[in-house]
Amino acid sequence: MTTARPVREARPRIEPWQDPDAVPFVRIQGVTKTFGEVYAVDNVTLDIFKGEFFALLGPSGCGKSTLLRILAGLERPTSGRVLIDGQDMTDVPPWRRPVNMMFQSYALFPHLSVRKNIAFGLEQERLPRAEIAERVAEVVRLVHLEGLEDRKPDQLSGGQKQRVALARALVKRPKVLLLDEPLGALDKKLRDQTQLELVNIQDRLGLTFVIVTHDQEEAMTVGSRMAIMREGQIAQIGTPSEIYEYPASRFVAEFVGEVNLIEARFASVNGTTMRVRAPALGIEIVTDRPVPALPGEPLWVAVRPEKMSIAKTPPAETGYNCVEGEVFDIEYLGDVSVYHVRLDNGLFLRATEANKLRLIERPITWEDRVWLSWGPDASVVLKT
Amino acid sequence: MRRGPGPFDLAALTLGFAFLYLPIVILVVFSFNASKLVTVWGGFSLRWYEAVLTNEQLLDAARVSLGVAFVTATAALVLGTMAGLVLVRIQHFPGKALFTGMVVAPLVMPEVITGLSLLLLFVSLDVPRGFWTVTIAHTTFATCYVAVVVQARLLTFDRSLEEAAMDLGAPPLRTFRLVTLPLIAPSLAGGWLLAFALSLDDLVIASFTTGPGATTLPMRIYGQARLGVTPEINAVCTMLVALVTIVVLVISILQKRRLARERIGPGPAGRNP
Repeated sequence: MTTARPVREARPRIEPWQDPDAVPFVRIQGVTKTFGEVYAVDNVTLDIFKGEFFALLGPSGCGKSTLLRILAGLERPTSGRVLIDGQDMTDVPPWRRPVNMMFQSYALFPHLSVRKNIAFGLEQERLPRAEIAERVAEVVRLVHLEGLEDRKPDQLSGGQKQRVALARALVKRPKVLLLDEPLGALDKKLRDQTQLELVNIQDRLGLTFVIVTHDQEEAMTVGSRMAIMREGQIAQIGTPSEIYEYPASRFVAEFVGEVNLIEARFASVNGTTMRVRAPALGIEIVTDRPVPALPGEPLWVAVRPEKMSIAKTPPAETGYNCVEGEVFDIEYLGDVSVYHVRLDNGLFLRATEANKLRLIERPITWEDRVWLSWGPDASVVLKT
Repeated sequence: MRRGPGPFDLAALTLGFAFLYLPIVILVVFSFNASKLVTVWGGFSLRWYEAVLTNEQLLDAARVSLGVAFVTATAALVLGTMAGLVLVRIQHFPGKALFTGMVVAPLVMPEVITGLSLLLLFVSLDVPRGFWTVTIAHTTFATCYVAVVVQARLLTFDRSLEEAAMDLGAPPLRTFRLVTLPLIAPSLAGGWLLAFALSLDDLVIASFTTGPGATTLPMRIYGQARLGVTPEINAVCTMLVALVTIVVLVISILQKRRLARERIGPGPAGRNP
């Protein structure tokens, strides 16, 4: 195996969700799944387009895996419908669905060789032997498993098992490939590498992938779009950058990436500029993305730490989007440092700076008096 | 820490083995006794083995026992597997708690009670007692053992393997045949052998439920022993011990071979080629 990190292959951006005439390939319509009194999936409606790498992201227990299992047919929705390629799949059992799943545990058959594991699905279709052998060989090349065909699963490393599981699901050429936390068991380096391999394979084969993950970095790396789930419901759907830059709620802002949340009250809107008062900071916050609100309505402002500038001198304009404080702690993470700044009223804000200079030459240190400032485009006003 | 067994360990081991196997060793040794007296050594001889092999009554009893054990083990395997599957796989059904208890109850039920109640049942149904009544009686208690063995295996069975098979296009029955069955096969074999051994072993229940012409080997041995232990009985018992030992050895060798075959290659961690 090569140690070089695979490069993400260049691909034209296709954004079918922007096209009003595009017909969704997978349609989840008002799907609810209850286990006893618990709503695992609560009235979810979601459209996924052909060729998408769609990520379902959320904390554990948010219903993302149940939703994936409903797509696979392993769970029956309590109500609602699932359509794949225009066909109603709600009552179709898993063995007749044109979808395949890669399981979190890989679920390789321990009594069968790698070759037999991969061929299993094709044998169920009763294809001719020669065709099975050919298609197995093809997918073995695709996932780089040459030479391991006769091994049993317990003679494989974690990364190799993961590739057998992928090959076994891919060889059936499913309309939709479902991946349930596929990389959770791999170490970080292998995981990063495999994420890019997954994207390249998905791209080359032009398949539709739906991945479930709790790892936001993974979802952002592989996903063309993602849905953030919380307590069985969808909190937000969008491209990774939409969700990161414009989270729809405090939950999304905090779940995806780091964020400073500041309580505020609505003040005024003037064209594309919205001003809110942040009593706790004693300043006004300006944003270039107004949201409809009533005077005095409680709001929150989300500011990503890396969008906050930290300086030992006050910026030119200090009337808005600027607070003064003292460096309380510095988290050194190698590539970046996180500055924990304590404001005079005891509140904490975080600012992240790339470590372009070596640690010793860093100009800002503990207990320094600093000013944090950010632009109108860095503040996102949230209502919930 | 000290490596290897110390004097205390060796003593404990010797005593333990002696306690377990000395009676059997004595039995085996005296089966080769030339003397007619069971406890006095009169030189080496195979005459009692010859006597066994020409003793039609003993041979008949052995045939009955093996037949009963074979049918019992097979029937108990099917029924016990079904019971185990139901217990593990069906989350809720009316009377599940009762069924669970009833499956385990015969394991702790005194054999005398099981035997007597079955006898009463057969009598009240006016079933002629013989080979089949013994077999049915043995199947009822052996099924419980198989159910417990299979249930234990299924509890640790990774359901996602079955889900994967179905996801890959295998309907439930084919999934069971292609994935579940091969993976629980060792437990099934274990359950079958356990049922076989239990049936071969049983004296009490067989005594209650058998009839004319269907005397099992333990019954015959017990009957003869009451008239006086002859070295002939030692010979029969030695042959039984040998049979059981061979079966156990064959199973363990087969399992070791299978394990060894699965571990060919650069090791479990599978280095990259």
